[in-house]
Order: sequence, then C-alpha cells, then structure tokens
Amino acid sequence: MVPNDLRYTKEHEWVRIEGDLATVGITEYAAEQLGDIVFVELPDLGRSVTQFAAVGVIESVKAVSDLFAPVGGEVVETNAELADKPELLNSDPMGQGWMLRIKVADRAQVDRLLDPAAYEALTSEA
Amino acid sequence: MAQSQNSPLATPLADRHAALGARIVEFGGWLMPLQYTGIIEEHRAVRSRAGLFDLSHMGELFVEGPEAAKALSYALTTDPTSLKVGRAHYSMICFPEGGVLDDLIVYRLGDERFMVVANASNAGAVSDALAARLDGFRVVLDDRSLATALVAIQGPRSAGILARLTDVALDELRYYAIADGRAAGIPALVARTGYTGEDGFEVFCDVAVAGTVWDALLETGKADGVVPVGLGARDTLRLEAGMPLYGNELGRDTTPFDAGLGRVVVLSKEGDFVGRAALERARAEGPRKKLVGLVVRGRGIARHGYEVFAGDRRVGTVTSGTQSPTLGEPIAMAYVTPSEAEPGTIIDVDIRDQRVPAEVVPLPFYKRPV
Repeated sequence: MVPNDLRYTKEHEWVRIEGDLATVGITEYAAEQLGDIVFVELPDLGRSVTQFAAVGVIESVKAVSDLFAPVGGEVVETNAELADKPELLNSDPMGQGWMLRIKVADRAQVDRLLDPAAYEALTSEA
Repeated sequence: MAQSQNSPLATPLADRHAALGARIVEFGGWLMPLQYTGIIEEHRAVRSRAGLFDLSHMGELFVEGPEAAKALSYALTTDPTSLKVGRAHYSMICFPEGGVLDDLIVYRLGDERFMVVANASNAGAVSDALAARLDGFRVVLDDRSLATALVAIQGPRSAGILARLTDVALDELRYYAIADGRAAGIPALVARTGYTGEDGFEVFCDVAVAGTVWDALLETGKADGVVPVGLGARDTLRLEAGMPLYGNELGRDTTPFDAGLGRVVVLSKEGDFVGRAALERARAEGPRKKLVGLVVRGRGIARHGYEVFAGDRRVGTVTSGTQSPTLGEPIAMAYVTPSEAEPGTIIDVDIRDQRVPAEVVPLPFYKRPV
C-alpha cells in the first residue's frame, strides 16, 4: 500500500503538500526498479521549475534516469545528504531519501497528479 | 547458432534464477540474471567472500585433430602450439584488416584437443570464422556451446568451497590452468580462470546436469557466505579489474594494440595467421588511440559514449564507466589520442553538457590482495 497523504506522478515521484510547500522524492517502486542508486543530481536552490519538467538526474549502477518536478514553483531546499549517500534512495526513499522542496506556484496543479489508488493501480499493472 | 534464433534462449539454470528472484535481462541472445539482491551487494560479496555465476551463455568450441594447434595458430593471434596440456591463454580472433572479432580464452585439453571459449554475443560469428579458417587443416571443429553449461565461482573463498566438491587438486591448479575431473559428482572441466580480478574457477559441464553443480556450490558455499551474482556485478567487477568487454573496449574498429593488448599478437610465431599483415603494419605505425583508465575527479559518473576533451579539443570517448563499489569513486575506461594517455594527465569528460575533470590512471583500478 502506498502512503495515503501523498500524491504521485506517472514517473514515480511522490509529493507531500503542506501549505504551499511540496516535498518530493521517488517511490519505493521506482527505487526498486532502478536498483542500486549511485549518484543524484538535484536542481540549484532558487531555480524555477515547471510541472513535469526534468529537473534532476538519478543514476543507478547501470543507467541514468531523469527526475521530474511533480509541481511547478521555486526550489527552496534540497537534501544535502544525497551527495554522499545516494543509497538513501534505496534504503528510505519515502523518508530520509526525500530529494527537494518546492514552493508551489499554483496549487491547482496538484489536481493533475495521481492519488494513492491511481498510483497503486499504475504500479500493479506494470 | 544462438544468433539465428528469434527469441532469446534460456540457460539450463533459468528455473534457479527465477526461484532466487533474479531480475532477468536479454544479453547476447540469452535471458540472463542481471541481479539477485542488488549489484553492489553482489559485487562486494565476490570481493570479500565468493559469488556464483551462471555463464552458460558463453560459447565453447572444441577443436580436435593432428593439426589442431597449427590450425588455431592460423585462425587466432596467439600461438597455441606453445600451450602446454592443461594450460590456457587469453587470445583474440581478428579480422583480416586487424580489427577484433572476439576476445577468447584458449584451453589446451590434450596434444590434439583445445577448447576455445567465446563471448556469448559472438559465439556464432566465432564458430563461423573458425570453421572457415580451419578448413584445409586436419582438424574437426565441434561447437558445443548449446550443450555446455558454465558455472563460475569467484572470490577469496572460492577455492575452499570448490575443494569440498571436486576431486581436482585445486592447490595444484595454477592460474590459467584447466583439469578434467568431477564437480559435485558430475564430470567437469575445472579451470582457474575468471573475469573478476579475484581468485576463482570456471566449471564446464553438460547442460543436463548443470543444476546439480549449481545447487551443490550454493549449498556447500552457504557456510562461507556465497551468493548468486548476476551480469550487473560481473560488469562492475571486470571494470575494476581493468578487463575489456567486447562491444565496449574491443570491436571491429579496434586492434589489440589500441587496447594495450599487443601481447596477444604473437608476430614471432611461425606461419601466417589471419590479420598478420594488417597487424604488422599497425604495430609498426603505433596505435592511433590508446585505452586508458580514468578516475573522475569532479562530480559525476563517466559512462559509455561520453566524449573526452583536452581543453576545447575532442580527444576521445568513454568505453565503459560506473561508480566503483570498491574504490568509492567513478571509474571509466576510454580511448584517447596517445598524447593524452600518460597517467596523471587531467582531461575533461562531457557529462550532460558539463565538462567534468578526470585523471588518467594505470590499469587495473583494483588488484586483489596477495
């Protein structure tokens, strides 16, 4: 079961909305699919991002994957731990492996995200 | 043979991999385990304990007859006439223009009997090329790739584990030697060869009984912490050990000299061999590019295909790269123009349009403790 207080993207990002702050990470499903993660590239603080645009990179041993912004806005915080400990994305993708925080520009964009049931359905089809 | 199939082949151990929860990928026409628990964990297990590999996808070509050594000397770059019975050497089969068709290990099983082991992706091409080149010599080529399974055990504890299951005296089996005997009661060829940079063994047996050998090694090795290891870790292990991969470091557009493997081109051997003229020219002219090791000194992982620069000049291309589990740093192999090949040279790798500095280092990146 996926956490109920979150929303999801088709590209397997999760997002927690608290007020106008969105915390973003990748799901356990994504981490499992990627395998051992060895490198994470996050956007610079202050960068303006567009919903669903590629804003960073997650590298596993064998492949390079894009990180997509679930909502548009300004990047206000990134998880500094991931530079030295990219493996947090495998061990705790939903908690300590959070990746960045965005100050949400338009709350209505959240409606374009998948709710837990829809994300559950997406990953069980795969 | 495998290449003419439309759908990929399953190895004789496919059911074991499924039961172990392996993630399966297609490789060289075969369905192979990429990983079981995770690439890094499997990699570390091989470096510290032991790992078990299903390599049944590889090609095993037997060459037998009074002119076997002579015929192989014509077909390959090395001189198998100099191999003692029970010994092996690393070799290549080249195109007439000098490019590499495959890299191989040649094992001498008898005065008139050899086993040539080819990469899975090239087994068909090597079989065809050998058939053509051996024509006219008093030999028989027997491609037993589909009848032969290969289980490898690699790592510091591999000798201890295998010793419990074989009548072959492993303490007398030197590196690059091969012996005929039994493993887990099964008739097998046991070779002290591998692709990891660790001590290890490759056990060749009939496909029908491969499961018995695999199960026995896994069971007996439990006490020593053996784990099954997939192709993902096989690649990171060989890269740390500075070993080339056909399709990355070796190909039709590379000569053995480019790859720093001129030692496999035995120009002093008697008689002609396929590619001799081109390889003599290549040796005289010197390589147009050199294979080097790189350690990335900035942030980022250099990967296959990424471009290499010295200032604004494009000077090469990355052939293989990954985050090294043992070194904890990004490592890579690349072809660069000879002027940039000196260890200590700092060049730039283009990683997603950013130039990231990397240092040329001697290969291998990792050598096992003596």
